Amino acid sequence: MNTTGPTPSKRTGEWPLFEVFIRGQHGLSHRHVGSLHAPDAEMAVKNARDVYTRRNEGVSIWVVEAEAIHASAPGDKEALYDPSNDKVYRHPTFFDVPEEVGHM
Amino acid sequence: MYAQMIQSTGKGVKTLDEMEPEERAFQERINAGGKIEPKDWMPDGYRKNLIRQIGQHAHSEIVGQLPEGNWITRAPTLERKAILLAKVQDEAGHGLYLYCAAETLGITRDEMFEALHEGRMKYSSIFNYPTLTWADMGAVGWLVDGAAIMNQVPLQRTSYGPYARAMVRICKEESFHQRQGFDIMMKMCNGTDAQKKMAQDALNRMWFPSLMMFGPSDKESVHSEQSMAWKIKMNTNDELRQKFVDQTVPQAQYLGLTIPDETLAWNEEKGGYDFAEPDWNEFFDVLKGNGPCNQERLQTRKDAWEEGAWVREGMLAHAAKKRSMKVAAE
Repeated sequence: MNTTGPTPSKRTGEWPLFEVFIRGQHGLSHRHVGSLHAPDAEMAVKNARDVYTRRNEGVSIWVVEAEAIHASAPGDKEALYDPSNDKVYRHPTFFDVPEEVGHM
Repeated sequence: MYAQMIQSTGKGVKTLDEMEPEERAFQERINAGGKIEPKDWMPDGYRKNLIRQIGQHAHSEIVGQLPEGNWITRAPTLERKAILLAKVQDEAGHGLYLYCAAETLGITRDEMFEALHEGRMKYSSIFNYPTLTWADMGAVGWLVDGAAIMNQVPLQRTSYGPYARAMVRICKEESFHQRQGFDIMMKMCNGTDAQKKMAQDALNRMWFPSLMMFGPSDKESVHSEQSMAWKIKMNTNDELRQKFVDQTVPQAQYLGLTIPDETLAWNEEKGGYDFAEPDWNEFFDVLKGNGPCNQERLQTRKDAWEEGAWVREGMLAHAAKKRSMKVAAE
């Protein structure tokens, strides 16, 4: 549990950086749209509304402290994703369905 | 454009054979139309160049609010005021998208502000000209935003992912800016003689500064060649300027306004207009800080930053206090 909350950059005293995710329409997932600085999460949501939804771009906003995001490393790309290349049977097009059977 | 005179490594473009494997893979990815993302390997020159270019672009959006902000309280109708306010707010948003793209390259926002305030980073020369009448709001939207769009549309395909994505957002919003400007011009050109004269005067003053936005010819510039190889510049300055002139002349004719260039003539052979170059000595002088409004613009930025310090600090203190109350309550 995070009891310290976002902290200003030690180097510059800047407001912490938040990544912003917007749900464009009901039924869609939230999508990363950019980032912004704010003193805390509450203000980050308010700022995100002004910066990223001036034209009805969203129905819901998530903000996440940038420091809290863990990402895969670009160098791991092959190790992570190549193994799925040889498993073509995971795609339905791998299997031939006789025409007489119709849509499946 | 919004980024003018960006210098690259200055060394000329390396061939793929001259590159180390890492750089070759990087360049091949760009050549194939791939995107570079923040944590990917990139040459130092690419990183530095992009910081300069995106930073300058961001600063231009922010400083660009000032000449138009000048007219918000004096817009002729409530509707025009609301439109101008929305337009200026968009510019702030565009600046923020771009600062956030630049930050992914490892520079902080405060460092960029500092560089701007100390004159180590620039903003577009165009914003150092004054906006003297309401017709200037028309001319700025029509010409300045029109010129910006010329440059920004191809940049949606730039190689650096966060920059390209910021450009997509910006371009979506930018055409409103140009149209509201043209709309002001149309209104004035259909108005009284005095209004029409005002519109012509705005065009007379804004025409050459708008052409300067694309920067001097860079056909033989090594900086430009490198930026184009990296796909952080998609067209030469001359190509974009020509496109801008070809697009704008018929619009001026529609308005019944005269482009302040006696040499302007259609060239059948090249399928475009011949036109006079702006005064490049003036351009370099404005970049050096000697334009009509350089001092005022920069001072306004510095004042806003310094006088807003207590707000930034106060909000951080408030956030810390809320946090500690929350911890205490747990």
